[in-house]
Amino acid sequence: MTFIPKPKIAHPSLPRNELGLTRREYEGALSTLCAGCGHDSITAAIIEACWGISMRPENLVKLSGIGCSSKTTAYFVSGGHGFNSVHGRMPSIAMGANAANRDLYYIGISGDGDSLSIGLGQFCHAIRRNVNMLYIIENNGVYGLTKGQFSASADIGTKAKKGEVNQQPPIDPVLLAMNLGAGFVARSFSGDKAQLVPLIQAGLKYPGFALIDVLSPCVTFNDHDGSTKSYAFTREHYEPVVEADFVPFKKEIATDYAAGEAVPVMLHDGSRVVLRKLAEDYDPTDELHAHDYVQQHIAKGEYLTGLLHCRPTQDTEFHALNRTPELPLNQLPFERLNPGSKQLGKLMARYR
Amino acid sequence: MAATDSSHPDYFHKVVDCQWACPAHTDVPEYIRLIAQGRFTDAYMVNRRSNVFPGVLGRVCDRPCEPACRRGRVEQKPVAICRLKRVAADHKDEFRDLLPPIPTQKNGKRIACIGAGCASLTVANDLMPLGYEVTIFEQFATAGGLMRTNIPSFRLPADVLDEEIGAIVDMGVDLRLGHRIESMRKLLDEGGFDAIFVGSGAPKGKELSLPGRQEGAANIHIGISWLESIAFDHVKSVGQNVLIIGVGNTAMDCCRSSLRLGAKSVKVMARKPRQFFKASEWELEDAEAESVEIIINRSPKSFVIEGGRLKGMIFEVMEYDIDARGRITAERIAGEEFHAADDVILAIGQENAFPWIERDLGIEFDKWDVPKVDATTFESTRAGVFFGGDAAFGPKNIIWSVEHGHQAAISIHRHCQGKSVADRMAPGVNLQSRKMGMHEWSYANDYSAAERRLVPHVSLKERFKKINIEVELGFTAEQAAEEVQRCLNCDVQTIFEAKLCIECDACIDICPVDCLTMTPDGSEDDLRTRLKAPAKNVTQALYVSTPLKFTGRVMVKDEDVCVHCGLCAERCPTAAWDMQKSWVKWPHAVDQPATATL
Repeated sequence: MTFIPKPKIAHPSLPRNELGLTRREYEGALSTLCAGCGHDSITAAIIEACWGISMRPENLVKLSGIGCSSKTTAYFVSGGHGFNSVHGRMPSIAMGANAANRDLYYIGISGDGDSLSIGLGQFCHAIRRNVNMLYIIENNGVYGLTKGQFSASADIGTKAKKGEVNQQPPIDPVLLAMNLGAGFVARSFSGDKAQLVPLIQAGLKYPGFALIDVLSPCVTFNDHDGSTKSYAFTREHYEPVVEADFVPFKKEIATDYAAGEAVPVMLHDGSRVVLRKLAEDYDPTDELHAHDYVQQHIAKGEYLTGLLHCRPTQDTEFHALNRTPELPLNQLPFERLNPGSKQLGKLMARYR
Repeated sequence: MAATDSSHPDYFHKVVDCQWACPAHTDVPEYIRLIAQGRFTDAYMVNRRSNVFPGVLGRVCDRPCEPACRRGRVEQKPVAICRLKRVAADHKDEFRDLLPPIPTQKNGKRIACIGAGCASLTVANDLMPLGYEVTIFEQFATAGGLMRTNIPSFRLPADVLDEEIGAIVDMGVDLRLGHRIESMRKLLDEGGFDAIFVGSGAPKGKELSLPGRQEGAANIHIGISWLESIAFDHVKSVGQNVLIIGVGNTAMDCCRSSLRLGAKSVKVMARKPRQFFKASEWELEDAEAESVEIIINRSPKSFVIEGGRLKGMIFEVMEYDIDARGRITAERIAGEEFHAADDVILAIGQENAFPWIERDLGIEFDKWDVPKVDATTFESTRAGVFFGGDAAFGPKNIIWSVEHGHQAAISIHRHCQGKSVADRMAPGVNLQSRKMGMHEWSYANDYSAAERRLVPHVSLKERFKKINIEVELGFTAEQAAEEVQRCLNCDVQTIFEAKLCIECDACIDICPVDCLTMTPDGSEDDLRTRLKAPAKNVTQALYVSTPLKFTGRVMVKDEDVCVHCGLCAERCPTAAWDMQKSWVKWPHAVDQPATATL
């Protein structure tokens, strides 16, 4: 953290988006995380992403649970809506909010503790129900807020700051999400904004549950030799396998892609994600293949990154399955929201 | 592009825009911080080391520092650097005990300075502590030169001048007032001096030879001579209607002096539109605040004389075509116009003049009859004869003359030791960390959003009652306290150690002005377009690191609008960024290596 807030001045040639806003207008409160925390970089990537797609700040809902990661919703898009829930229970809040208003963009920020330990059940069911949200796990392999115990994502053999070696197998959120049928599964690194920003943009626009597992080194408790989630280790074992370019609606795809290597995926609002395979034998649209491929590389100790799996069509879309109203509840007339005591009586009669 | 060579003394010096723009390289941020701490005397001494006359310059400096000030690029208005200098001067305590001691045992070398203006006084100031015997010859009965004769006392009170000149003269300078040098040959032959410094200024006002000039001579005055006459109480009144010809800073002094001598209507007649005016914007503002009318596009044609007395002037009304780059491409005369006047004051420029230097002494003059002077050593073509101030390169301003004096003093010192005057000590820079602890710096790094404070003035009713009522009152304590916080501490440099960087992005994310980027290396032109915010101001450097250890990218900092808040260093987990105060060592005579001969 820093002791003074970021001054409210800006570079005179700072670019503006379609709404006439600069990145600065997507910032939030002063971060109280440790200096050099990966989470702060992810916050900056979210700011960049929201600015880049000209998101109206008031159209963003920021949800989180408990942990270092979950504090960060306060640090971006102060004009958005926020809800800081009970530990591990963020997906329930997201689901409820989503059911009540499908017009907003939902971004859930969680950590490896919040999602893979106390909140693992909630995390799995959010995927099953295909809640239309972007779910970011800021994954550092330790419980930073309680001074660095191993989390459920710590790799076998990784060392704690005082030398203790982890022997329990990790839960990998990417493999888990693919197993549970998620349609948008990505992994990235807090230190690679060029990759992370388009992923966040695509994830926000993706019509369904989108997961980005972001390796985010804990600079205080997990950035030493022997850690498999340090800045140095991540840089060395970091393997981008597919790049995602986010192409907003109305924009032509300008970049030339070699035939066969680029796969455009159309999103519901007309924007596209263009997947570019960096490994020839990789097929991110084939769920089974992707799952195996990722698992093989984990066995080799490599972090495959990029949009690892993307399924363009959704047959389990949350709102369709649950027949939620198209209009947000706050726009429905009172008469429709409240059927009146007569109807309530009729309803109750069925249960007598 | 190549990694920045920050060991070059100019690199960090240039980052301190004000110090770089100051001809005397005053350490502005340092003295502003001292003012903030209430250490006015120390702030005064930091100033005095570079510019010798802080009290004078805090009022009448041409302030090249202010247009250069980074604050002017971050928001609209620069820090009121000049007026803060005055705060230091106004609130200082006794400072003479802080001046260098003057050796009682002299070194046997005698130096003559001609003219007791700012350049000569600076030479004396620099050489007296080294044991020289300095004699200053002054034609008038008071010292100060142009500072005294041409700057009206309502802008620069006499007691301010007396104090700062006194501090130098009391070092033991042999000041010969009322002693005009009539012959350089005589001085060279009979004076017995080891070196001569000519600091006689640019005392000749330009003439305007138009019909009627001779007949109306009684009421047509040369600006600088007229101001001189006012300074010495020879002129005490002026007519009701006054026309000032020319629109430089002397013109501003003339028009404001006229108002104090009883003029009712004062018009400043400018040949060209406002963007071509030579006067500083603030001097124009002060004059206009006193209801001086500035009339543009009027070219003087003739003086109108009736009954042997000046009645006014005829002007040609000019029209100009100005292109997109602001240059005049064509001019036309659209008509003629009469303006009544009881007195006309010509303020269209001044020149140096040396009728007293014989042309066969080995002191060469160029085709404009100006002495040939080396721009670094200030030596003329005759060894041992030096020029400085307006006498060297024509009219500039006080702060330039002071720096000329410093440089000439170095040359004189070297000359008297039999060393090459060209082989001078190079400038240097020292860096010292400002880190006190976790997120603690020994400077106020928080950005103050305060707007530039305005200096209070004496009311328009009061100020004309006497000619020597100083119009500007100087900042109040509260205003000064606010204004000092506007300084961005540009001398507290952002220093990057590439080998410590773990490429976590923390500095980039926190930088409020988006001046940091980690990116693949490229040419400077290419890099400037690829930064987080494009670096369009090419006058400001890019600070480029060596390749970073993980990705081989480079860290690039666009120096342009960095507010030196230190957040990059606060956020850096490995202290790859540090905030370090740069001390620019701008050598003076006293810094030159000593030798056994002295």
